Amino acid sequence: MMTRRRMTMAGCCALALALGATACGGGPVSAGGGSKEFGGQTLSVAGVWSGAEQKNFQKVLDAFTEKTGAKTQYVSTGDNVSTVVGSKIEGGNAPDVVMVPQVGVLQQFAKKNWLTPLSATTQKAVGANYAPVWKEYGSVGGKLYGLYFKAAHKSTVWYSPEAFEQAGVKPPKTYEEMLRTAQAVSDSGLPAFAVAGEDGWTLTDWFENVYLSQAGPEKYDRLAKHEIPWTDATVVKALTTLGKLFADKKLIAGGQKGALSTDFPGSVEKVFGPEPEAGMVYEGDFVAGVAKDQFGRKIGEEARFFPFPAVTGGKAPVVSGGDAAVVLKDGRNQKAATAFLEFLATPEAAAVWARAGGFLSPNKKLDLASYGDDTLRETAKSLITAGDSVRFDMSDQAPAAFGGTKGMGEWKILQDFLRDPSDPAATAARLEAAAAKAYKG
Amino acid sequence: MTTLTTPVGAAPARGASPRRRAERRRRIIALAFVLPALLLLGALVVHPVLFSVGRSFFDASGSRFVGGENYAEMFRDPATLTAIRNSAIWVVVAPTLLTGLGLILAVLVEKVRWATAFKLLLFMPMAVSFLAAGIIFRLAYEEDPDKGVLNAAVVGVHDAFKESSSYPTARAREGQGLDRAPDGSYRTTGAVSPGDTVTLGFVGVPPADVPAGAKPAAPVRAGAGELGGAVYLDFTPGGGGRPGVVDAAERGLPGMTVEAERDGRAVATATTAADGSFRFGELAAGSYTVRLPAANFAPPYEGVSWLGPALVTPAIIGAYLWIWTGFAMVLIGAGLSSLPRDALEAARMDGASEWQVFRRITVPLLAPVLTVVFVTLVINVMKVFDLIYIIAPGPVQEDATVLATQMWLVSFGGGNNQGLGSALGVLLLLLVIPAMVFNVRRFRRSQS
Repeated sequence: MMTRRRMTMAGCCALALALGATACGGGPVSAGGGSKEFGGQTLSVAGVWSGAEQKNFQKVLDAFTEKTGAKTQYVSTGDNVSTVVGSKIEGGNAPDVVMVPQVGVLQQFAKKNWLTPLSATTQKAVGANYAPVWKEYGSVGGKLYGLYFKAAHKSTVWYSPEAFEQAGVKPPKTYEEMLRTAQAVSDSGLPAFAVAGEDGWTLTDWFENVYLSQAGPEKYDRLAKHEIPWTDATVVKALTTLGKLFADKKLIAGGQKGALSTDFPGSVEKVFGPEPEAGMVYEGDFVAGVAKDQFGRKIGEEARFFPFPAVTGGKAPVVSGGDAAVVLKDGRNQKAATAFLEFLATPEAAAVWARAGGFLSPNKKLDLASYGDDTLRETAKSLITAGDSVRFDMSDQAPAAFGGTKGMGEWKILQDFLRDPSDPAATAARLEAAAAKAYKG
Repeated sequence: MTTLTTPVGAAPARGASPRRRAERRRRIIALAFVLPALLLLGALVVHPVLFSVGRSFFDASGSRFVGGENYAEMFRDPATLTAIRNSAIWVVVAPTLLTGLGLILAVLVEKVRWATAFKLLLFMPMAVSFLAAGIIFRLAYEEDPDKGVLNAAVVGVHDAFKESSSYPTARAREGQGLDRAPDGSYRTTGAVSPGDTVTLGFVGVPPADVPAGAKPAAPVRAGAGELGGAVYLDFTPGGGGRPGVVDAAERGLPGMTVEAERDGRAVATATTAADGSFRFGELAAGSYTVRLPAANFAPPYEGVSWLGPALVTPAIIGAYLWIWTGFAMVLIGAGLSSLPRDALEAARMDGASEWQVFRRITVPLLAPVLTVVFVTLVINVMKVFDLIYIIAPGPVQEDATVLATQMWLVSFGGGNNQGLGSALGVLLLLLVIPAMVFNVRRFRRSQS
């Protein structure tokens, strides 16, 4: 899952370039009580969060301090977790716990033998409180290493209620209905969708939602592992379905060319900015953050979402991602780290951040009432009820050359597809060629 | 370095031991002085070069020897070919333009009053980092005229001469009796004849685009020998309107040009009124087609797509020119000031025009300086990276790529294939070497 990384990138690719790699800073050391279980120990936790997210995570850390007496220190790694953590391990200064933002990185850590499997207590908690899919994404080679603490929901279509009212439409339930809704919005004089085609990752997310719904979770898993080729009939079909939307110039703000020069924040601005140029924008739950912080929209009133609708014959997709907590072998305070993960697995810890906002927990036991606002509650509910059919972002599971590089692989090929969606089969063939090359390397 | 290559003296005669010792001491001292530089060069230049050459024969993980496979792979990849083509464009165009511009500016600057201030101004971009310059130009080239200053200017100039249409986003509702021609105009599907009333429904007009004076649509009832009707917005705000029917809340679209056509020729023209109505009077009996010319719907001029696949390389070269013109100008200017004035004066005395002086005297005398500037820029251009990486947006990155960016992308930026990346690096080195050799030889010659 690359939500944060992507947000930074989207925020300003150049700024991220300049700052992203170097943004490592030590968080404040919280005061700890001396008399409790881990009094006097300092637990160091590394993660990609910074800014508001870091502040909210600090609240969780403080709750842990209060409970156990262990001091905590948070280190923000910036975008490149694996490099930072790797160099810290080599330098003999390994953090005790790392909040890993992507499945691929978790697997990489496990394969390098950096991780301690979760304790029996945590494993039991995961078994009881989480849908099995989260256990799967936290396991490597049959061993459970990662505890998913924070999740993202990437199957939300955000719309401006004002535009829907003007067009006289209601949130659609199926993909076909969504196209009709889009048609009506466009009839009212407002282009229907803002598509952030300049950022390739938004296009991969579009595709993944359609594919997950249309081809089903099993095929999705196999495609994510590249066990079936991208030339598979299901891929061509999903591209054709997506092409119906992408090919229709009047449904996309600025047409295909305009979409290709719109980045992610730009696409949110087109819907929720001061001069609306589109009625809907598809992306994950983090759209709310941009709409609220940058454009001052009241979430739930001026900016609402509907779940990404099901494509005919399938179930509504829930594409997700998350940050998993892992314990490093080289950390100095193994016991405190284990206790910290046990704490993170409790609904109590999730509730701390849920109250603060900007957070979804995959923990079933967390009372939905703990969430700060209704929109968040709805997203959380959708994530929990999706249960085992939740799937992680496919492009994040792929090698970076295919699923995560500007101007290359899936990003570039889907951008070309947006430019000219007339030949899904050829696009599938190009995707397969790029995937074959990337998975081989 | 030259110290080492100078002969260390003829073999000293036996018994001349003091002389030999002095000789040896001199050698040791020379070596001691050269050693740090040698070590640095060895560690920072020679070793990486050799390592890259070696690395290019191994696969991505660096554990398997693949021979020339990386080189074959490199030339199979269309991205490399694009990179080579773009690099060639860069090497030919950028140094030539820069040297030319620098020369012209240097000569002109000599003749203006505020020469120093002017030079300073032109040299200023050199002080801006490539990253910052890249961001500046990325913004300037932005396609949306509200954001990119260049397109704002282009669109401003264009719109000053050509008025935009009133309903650029309007389109007819499908299947309601209007057909769109390829040129963007609309015609009624069926024939109409005098006495008929036609209603032409359009959608896709934002409420803000409908003129404030527009009234609810009211089709003209056509009398005998007349053809009438209305052009209206077939959309009820809030929904509930029936397609193809003039509903109560639906407004007319005023100011639309409507033509009555017979046998493919316009016989009457009308403009719709505030309620969208129009009327053609005194038409001979027969069948007509009502046509709405494309001018009603012409999309607004959107400016130049600077960062599109076609223009992205020239656009980035433009940014590069902005940065380096000052450098070329100052260097050539220095050469110019050391020219023998008497040669110029003599030519002028003999009645040569300024152009002839420039062409026959200044340029030939400046040739050595121009060559230095040109060659330096060629080497510089070969390694251009940051500007391209920052200015080219994701979708056209591959169209703008040059060897240096391609090398980075392949080895670190996602490809993670340092074997292939090294092969690209070696190719880049091979291409730079001729320029280097040329420069070194020129340098030697000028020293001797």
